[in-house]
Amino acid sequence: MKPAAFDYAAPTRLADAIDLLVAHADAEPRVLAGGQSLVPLMNFRLAQPGFLVDLQHVDGLSDIRLTDDELVIGAMVRQSTAEESADAAAGAPLLVEALGHVAHPPIRNSGTIGGSIAHADPSAELPAVALALDATMTAAGPGGERRIPAAEFFRGPFETALGPDEILTEVRLPRRPGGHAFVEHARTHGGFAVVAVAVDLAVDDAGTVTRAAIALSGVGPTPIRATATEQALVGTVPDAESIRSAVAATVAVLSPAGDVHGSSETKVDMARSYLRRGIELALDRAASRR
Amino acid sequence: MSTREITLTVNGRRTTLSVEPRKLLVDVLREDLGLVGTHIGCEHGVCGTCTVLRDGRSIRSCTTFAVQADGADIRTVEGLAQGPELHPLQEAFWEKQGLQCGYCTPGMLMRCVEILERDPDPTPQSVREQIASNLCRCTGYATITEAVCAAAEVMRSGARAGTEVAS
Repeated sequence: MKPAAFDYAAPTRLADAIDLLVAHADAEPRVLAGGQSLVPLMNFRLAQPGFLVDLQHVDGLSDIRLTDDELVIGAMVRQSTAEESADAAAGAPLLVEALGHVAHPPIRNSGTIGGSIAHADPSAELPAVALALDATMTAAGPGGERRIPAAEFFRGPFETALGPDEILTEVRLPRRPGGHAFVEHARTHGGFAVVAVAVDLAVDDAGTVTRAAIALSGVGPTPIRATATEQALVGTVPDAESIRSAVAATVAVLSPAGDVHGSSETKVDMARSYLRRGIELALDRAASRR
Repeated sequence: MSTREITLTVNGRRTTLSVEPRKLLVDVLREDLGLVGTHIGCEHGVCGTCTVLRDGRSIRSCTTFAVQADGADIRTVEGLAQGPELHPLQEAFWEKQGLQCGYCTPGMLMRCVEILERDPDPTPQSVREQIASNLCRCTGYATITEAVCAAAEVMRSGARAGTEVAS
């Protein structure tokens, strides 16, 4: 047996799932979503939870709902389901584009939207999307439900604002018409991003940027917003030169840790290139949709 | 730690068995059900040789606990051939030399079954992109891609013939 022994439950009600986390608090319980990050960690015994609460049968966690204002995705919606959803494509095309970069289809057939966001890998795609779109995460715990904005959700590598007895139940993505782009550098197709960039912006009839939201993965302990670049773009009609200087404003303050995939300097160079590419692609799309 | 009773339908046959929660689906297939066609490679979801179909979609059986598959319909490489008659994909892998050592083949075949069930007429480029989920370290991907496209053609003409017979 590869993973250490654990006890397991597969409740059908959210309240029961929370009760199980509370009742087995001493066993360092974990919730099991699609398992595409947790099970590998358990196979290597890097994670050894004593109790797993499988959420796959919990009622109400696997729906996709599109309203006039937002796309609400249940935490247990599988990534491939979201990728193929017409509602997701209409409500959050940035998310759907990013999903194409999340590992490979057989992984996305199991992996969930909520699992990837709650796992909070600093190189993962979906946390950057949540941050760029100002998503709200709904968490349910013994004290009831609360909503956590993306800006407060990601606390560090693999660390979120979720308490040990809280369960991420849904991700709410505001609908924002305009142009989007998700671009990344990964060593091989389907690998984790070395640097990823999520862009969501809008332009008016004159080509002036009216809104810009940009997030990066892979360059810090959490996904980060390129605030300086956003501010430099809004209110301007960007050209090649102004995009370069808007990007430079963010790149100047980046200090990613170097690793086997690239030195800190290499990652800064990648961030510069991919920010530019992402912004240009999003601008083109925003203009063509006007 | 206690065991749990689960029911799996594997290659059309329903079985109920008792498993430890920590037992991976691939180990249940190989050890409890004797279906050793599904191989174990990297054991963390990267290589794809353990690929099986769960309710028609490909998954990694090495990063799935068997208890998670309770109630699911599982297809493995053993379910492809009908008696002595190979599945068109197996036939094409043979004809085009889509395998050499054969270690990746069971997972590669199941992934390709899914690819062709979702798109009966894929371009070689599309096949190359889609099999990127499964690693092959000896044959390489050119002959596998040829095999998938050849099998697709056979399966399409088979489907047409079937329709004609039916109509």
